[in-house]
Amino acid sequence: MKIAVCIKQVPDSWAEKKMVNGALDRENVDAVLNDLDEYAVEEALRIVEAHGGNEDGAAHSVTVISMGPARATDAVRKALSMGANGAILITDPALASADALLTSKVLAQVINSEGFDLVICGTESTDARMSVVPAMIAARLGWAQLTFAGSVDVEPAQSKVSITRVSEAGVDSMSANFPAVISVIEKINEPRYPSFKGIMAAKKKSIESRDLAAIGISAQSAWSQVIDSQLRPPRAAGVKVSDDGSGGEKLVNFLVERKLI
Amino acid sequence: MSTVFILADFVNGQASKTTTELATAAARIGEVTAVILAPVGQGATLAATLTSGPISSIIVVENADFQSHGVSASADAVSQLIAQKSPTALLVASHAFGKELAGYVAVKTDSGIITDAVDVGSDATATQVIFGGSTTVHSKVSNGTIIITVRPNCITADTSAHAASVESISLTISDSAKKATVSSSQPPLQGGRPELTEANIVVSGGRGTNGDFAAVEAFADSLGAAVGASRAATDAGWYPHSHQVGQTGKTVSPQLYVACGISGAIQHRAGMQTSKAIVVINKDPEAPIFELADFGVIGDLFAVLPVATEGVNARKS
Repeated sequence: MKIAVCIKQVPDSWAEKKMVNGALDRENVDAVLNDLDEYAVEEALRIVEAHGGNEDGAAHSVTVISMGPARATDAVRKALSMGANGAILITDPALASADALLTSKVLAQVINSEGFDLVICGTESTDARMSVVPAMIAARLGWAQLTFAGSVDVEPAQSKVSITRVSEAGVDSMSANFPAVISVIEKINEPRYPSFKGIMAAKKKSIESRDLAAIGISAQSAWSQVIDSQLRPPRAAGVKVSDDGSGGEKLVNFLVERKLI
Repeated sequence: MSTVFILADFVNGQASKTTTELATAAARIGEVTAVILAPVGQGATLAATLTSGPISSIIVVENADFQSHGVSASADAVSQLIAQKSPTALLVASHAFGKELAGYVAVKTDSGIITDAVDVGSDATATQVIFGGSTTVHSKVSNGTIIITVRPNCITADTSAHAASVESISLTISDSAKKATVSSSQPPLQGGRPELTEANIVVSGGRGTNGDFAAVEAFADSLGAAVGASRAATDAGWYPHSHQVGQTGKTVSPQLYVACGISGAIQHRAGMQTSKAIVVINKDPEAPIFELADFGVIGDLFAVLPVATEGVNARKS
């Protein structure tokens, strides 16, 4: 069983983010592994560990795939230190302003060329928050789309995967034959912290770097453009009262004054 | 005049308020065609609930594959309709299903996509509020069909009645969109309260509830509100994940948001900062959530909420 995990390096969600020339300024903020992708890495590792593991020579492997600048190596290295076997990092200056359409095209192309059984993603990146890339990869590859998984069960011998999809529409039980694209919600597991041994081992693992020419696609410009962006004015300071027994009543008076009730 | 598709959204078999909001936004761009993807035999019933909003025509597609093959089957149908009718734009509700469908359709129709719009202009410019509510961005799709997902509760709905014509179209879903099979579906437990993203008022509880949501629920019920929860509360198992407000949960924009015992981590603020009025109850005067409050009470939610609940109920009787 060959599993790919798509990960993204994102600005730390606690960092103050700014727009520069119509794009998120990624240069001047701390960058981390998208925390929702950690659940995807963890789930991939749990799947292979439940079926004999991914040690060298084992039948299963977990490969990290990421698109990003050279410094995304740090995020990739973190996933490797959790226990993934190897990584492919697609780095090309022409991808600097890639939108979700181009990102999914690049990822799908690499996935297709490597022949994976399963692709696992987080549900969204904490920077763009579009939540569309897993569906786009499934659409491009024509693979089964098993997204928003709250649990994943794999039967490698039958090449079959089942999930429970958890969304606003309720809970669905879904299944498909390999190959499939899965996205996992953050309730699915508790991602492991990399062990010292894992961190040391990750330093020796290979991160294969590819540019657009190597994967055989040409860059296209983004299909949506930012026209302008403004900082929103901070909310005007409101009224703050200490509860001396009358807090509840004052709250109701506020709702009445504002015609909210 | 150009045609704009909206994907009609249904909650408990009724066209949702979001559908009317989508129609209102879409009508600024062109003539609105509402697309209804229905289980076999239910198209007419669903269409009959779609009574308000500036809708010129309705397309009903009935197909058993929508239920049995998940998002991709619906997305495949919408892609086929776009190829047939060439609308200028497609507007979809910005929830998990809507965003995934929009992404799939964007790939299949070679179109650009913008998600989580809080407003849409007559030239199809989308307004988004990003970075946890700190920045407003205007963007435009430049390629293919303009695909925009629109956040519920952000656009003031034009609820006037329409006299839309209804057309039934039958489609064969592509095999590549039927690779996943749904074996069973359980609807979400609503418990008689409004849907979180559509509610005019949301009352949310966090760590400060200590797992006891009774006071939060009672206040919500006095206001006819939906109940939300912070990630801390859903992670602790105190409230269902489907009620989580914030970065990895739902984004809400109600008229009134009441945060009870929630400190206001950036992850939570990202999900509620566009609420029109914000009320905060928290014991900690330094809690960052107070920065957003139009009205804040420094106090114990278990003391404040029962008094407020009684006050609201007294005004109703």
